[in-house]
Amino acid sequence: MMKNKLLIFLAAAVLLLVLPSVAQYAGNFWVRIIDFALLYVLLALGLNIVVGYAGLLDLGYIAFYAVGAYMFGLLASPHLSETFPAIRALFPGGLHTPLWVVIPLGAAIAGMFGVLLGAPTLKLRGDYLAIVTLGFGEIIRVFLNNLDAPVNITNGPKGLLQIDSLKLPFVGFDFGKNGELFGLPVSSVTKYYFLFLAVVVVSVVICYRLERSRIGRAWMAIREDETAAKAMGINTRNMKLLAFGMGATFGGVSGVLFSTFQNFISPESFALQESVMVVAMVVLGGIGHIPGVILGALLLAALPEVLRWVSGELDLQMLTGGRLDAAILRQLLIALAMIAIMLARPRGLWPSPEHGKAAPTPAT
Amino acid sequence: MDILLQQIINGLVLGSVYALVALGYTMVYGIINLINFAHGEVLMVGALTSWTVITLLTDVALPGWLKLLISLVAAVVVCAVLNFLIEKIAYRPLRNAPRLAPLITAMGMSLLLQTLAMIIWKPNYKPYPILLPSEPFNIGGAVINTTQILILVATAVTLAGLMWLVNRTKLGRAMRATAENPRVAALMGVKPDMVISATFVIGAALAALAGVMYAANYGSVQHTMGFLPGLKAFTAAVFGGIGNLAGAVVGGVLLGLIEALGAGYIGTLTGGVLGSNYQDIFAFIVLILVLTVRPQGLLGERIADRA
Repeated sequence: MMKNKLLIFLAAAVLLLVLPSVAQYAGNFWVRIIDFALLYVLLALGLNIVVGYAGLLDLGYIAFYAVGAYMFGLLASPHLSETFPAIRALFPGGLHTPLWVVIPLGAAIAGMFGVLLGAPTLKLRGDYLAIVTLGFGEIIRVFLNNLDAPVNITNGPKGLLQIDSLKLPFVGFDFGKNGELFGLPVSSVTKYYFLFLAVVVVSVVICYRLERSRIGRAWMAIREDETAAKAMGINTRNMKLLAFGMGATFGGVSGVLFSTFQNFISPESFALQESVMVVAMVVLGGIGHIPGVILGALLLAALPEVLRWVSGELDLQMLTGGRLDAAILRQLLIALAMIAIMLARPRGLWPSPEHGKAAPTPAT
Repeated sequence: MDILLQQIINGLVLGSVYALVALGYTMVYGIINLINFAHGEVLMVGALTSWTVITLLTDVALPGWLKLLISLVAAVVVCAVLNFLIEKIAYRPLRNAPRLAPLITAMGMSLLLQTLAMIIWKPNYKPYPILLPSEPFNIGGAVINTTQILILVATAVTLAGLMWLVNRTKLGRAMRATAENPRVAALMGVKPDMVISATFVIGAALAALAGVMYAANYGSVQHTMGFLPGLKAFTAAVFGGIGNLAGAVVGGVLLGLIEALGAGYIGTLTGGVLGSNYQDIFAFIVLILVLTVRPQGLLGERIADRA
């Protein structure tokens, strides 16, 4: 059994390492899709802490993604120094905060936002919590959209442009440029692939350890029965805040990675639909179960892109007289998948094995 | 003073629409504890259906109010059938599933309806024809037009009818019994499935009415138009105490007033720093404040453990 597991691990590792070089031959476009899928995996893992472990339904999760993305965007793009002369005087070469400062900072600030959001919602449960978090998400988006006046902070709906790509200091390694390794070309997206993969692997380890730790067990106790958890001496307030904070940290880091990868961000990327999508990934895959969550994220992030390519090849727009195009088809399929998968497997595609017994029955 | 009165009128009109939609949310939630995310989309389908019917009737020589009425009836029928089917397909099989499962299908339904509407009706904004006399009446410096008066009257009448239905008829009693305890209700001879279907149909009819009103008041329809009113109406339902009919109405009207007054005065209050483009977040800020102080909503009962 142990040996089998090790083999599977090794096979997966080899597969993950060669995957980008294979995909690169088919075109950088495919590697890009995989990169985005990895970002979604990161988001889904973070939300899984809040929704899956602690059982707090958060519909505004994308707000933390936005916080991370905008923080990096502001600290590593010409926007701030162009708008404020004081900042230009301080940094004549423009603001180029290195990623190694920004990732911890992004994690910390997003985590702080998570706790801030968590604090007023502690008393709320279930659906009230869902709608309040949804409201928070919208509030952040509306502010991002409108904070270009009276002082231009976020540049409004136009978004932030020319965000730095990622560079390793001292060795002169630039993730934004194509390079080569042992004479083989390595494109920029492939470099990002390995970075994202590393972050995802670290996150999986963190989540795995959390799940089995005292904290993880406390979260699950709160999820199953908050009153009982309290009676067992769990500080439910602090634990819930910790769940919000931890989840938000993941969101913040993936936001930072997103903005450096994309080099451009605008409030559009952080709409409610994205939050819904991440919730769907977690629930479709198998709530509270790491492999399931990863599967859900990959499915919902990558499959539609594949379909987009297929429909492009078929020239669907011509076939249907402009009514159906790739983007519409993608939405349609995501919607159908959300309904069909839930109907066929209400506990998700790959649910955690022991959760079934403890699933709460509705108190009717 | 006239600005205040004007904003109050606008707020009441907006609030009536929210109240009608919020009733649909709150009735469904009261009975099966589900946030029906697709409810806003039902409103959108109602509005677009009525737009189609009116467009078809363009060349027919009928008075405007009759066309509006015909299109309203069509919208109500289409939405009722639609919501009935939504419940049957997406929610009924998941009655005993984990609580998040029907929520995800509800979100999926919402996305599906939006996408289908975009395919059927194309994504552009469509002008909703003006069918009622649009000369405004002047009340103490503020103006109100026929459409807005009709919205207020129709809302009041509908609410009275709904109250009668829920509190005085056999179906209403069955609905209240099912909301209280489906199993015991079933033992007493109530058919929960039938009652739930009836709830969805009634909710859809209210949403269709709200959709037609919304379209007639704002003068344009599009496949995404259901999203914001749906969200706000749900906020209103929570605000008033979800599961409580009177609460939904109070919440809806209050939310409408807060939004209209907030949008009207935020500019002057903050010296022009914040403008009316922040209108959409008042609802949420109020909601967060209310729930922090009174987590069960304005008129909601204290429920110790509804996870």
